[in-house]
Amino acid sequence: MTFIYPVDSNKAHPLPLSPEYKSSIKRAPSKPLIPMRHTLSELTGPVYGHETVRDGDNDLTTQHKGEPLGERIIVHGHVRDEDGRGVPNSLVEIWQANACGRYVHVRDQHPAPLDPNFTGAGRTQSDASGYYRFVTIKPGAYPWGNHHNAWRPAHIHLSVFGHSFVTRLVTQMYFPGDPLFPFDPIFNSVPDEKARMRMVSSFDLENTKPEWALCYRFDIVLRGKNATPMENH
Amino acid sequence: MQDSVKPSGKPNGITPSQTVGPFFKYGLTPTGDYAWNDAFTNSTLTPDVTGDRVRIEGRAFDGDGVVVPDAMLEIWQADAQGRYADPQDKRALPNASFRGFARCGTDKDGHYSFDTIKPGAVPDPDGKPQAPHIVLAVFARGMLRHLYTRIYFSDEAGNAADPVLGLVPADRRVTLIAVREAGKPVYRLDLRLQGDNETVFFDV
Repeated sequence: MTFIYPVDSNKAHPLPLSPEYKSSIKRAPSKPLIPMRHTLSELTGPVYGHETVRDGDNDLTTQHKGEPLGERIIVHGHVRDEDGRGVPNSLVEIWQANACGRYVHVRDQHPAPLDPNFTGAGRTQSDASGYYRFVTIKPGAYPWGNHHNAWRPAHIHLSVFGHSFVTRLVTQMYFPGDPLFPFDPIFNSVPDEKARMRMVSSFDLENTKPEWALCYRFDIVLRGKNATPMENH
Repeated sequence: MQDSVKPSGKPNGITPSQTVGPFFKYGLTPTGDYAWNDAFTNSTLTPDVTGDRVRIEGRAFDGDGVVVPDAMLEIWQADAQGRYADPQDKRALPNASFRGFARCGTDKDGHYSFDTIKPGAVPDPDGKPQAPHIVLAVFARGMLRHLYTRIYFSDEAGNAADPVLGLVPADRRVTLIAVREAGKPVYRLDLRLQGDNETVFFDV
């Protein structure tokens, strides 16, 4: 059994050339992408997790000796496909800035402190129903050189595999109500507003832990309709 | 806790892609530079792997011919028998620990490299053999969605009849074919994200 992945689903993605996001100008292909039928090379894909995920890798607040600074949060949700089926055993990797908006990266030198107790990377594997969960720190906004007074809305980067190489997704989770949304060319590179809002998590009071952490829900939806028997296999 | 968390209603579309950004290294390609444990390296090789070991290397360039030091490449390939290490594929792999997946960040000069084995032939949807190839996904700052391409091998006669290469205008096929260095199991392929010699990318 495998899945047919409709190319139409890709309409939700940004266009490669989004001139307001200046780094796209010299890095977007100038020639049209060549359509092709999916072969086994596209329809198969890695299902990873258990061999690389260690206990505690999904808690970014306990990777060092002390408590990180900032707002502790829970981020959780389901990895699902377009029909709502949970995607089990999918590796979910995250990386993010600290509470001050600073990344642990040699090229991020903006004047905000690094936090010795927070480095901002985690990974987990979705369970049998596609559920995943992280404990982390709410990242800060940070300035970038795209245009005058450019600041990225707070966001967490996510990398997800799914069932095949064509479901591979790297995205960013944003926080509800961020005042920077109208000014961010990366967020707004997604032309359809409904699709864009699917990158915004929702505040989840029900799963917020009293006296401990706010909770945000973020469901990740991958391609994958039309389950069909795998032919020629 | 997990039992109490149910997904909300049926989704009304997929989650859009966003750029991997410039600062992914700690999370995705920490190899040698950061303390975080690696999920993946730039090698698919396992102790039980069978087949011809090869190295694929090259550089990535943008539309101005400037090197891209903040790209991430991922490969996915069949083993030397043309079988994918995919749970949907129930056939036993002779090299059971081979996964066929690797990840590499480009360095400050835009270099990447993969240590792997030459894949076997994989059938197309009509059952015809495809020439040996590796699927390549390219991520980078400035790329809002990753791009798909393929790596073929210059010393494979099957390239001429490959159904996917056949979709590509003849003068652009060279951008997909890694060139074997004389006397060494090393293949070289540069990636050009934009411009006259732009790498062919596929709409999948």
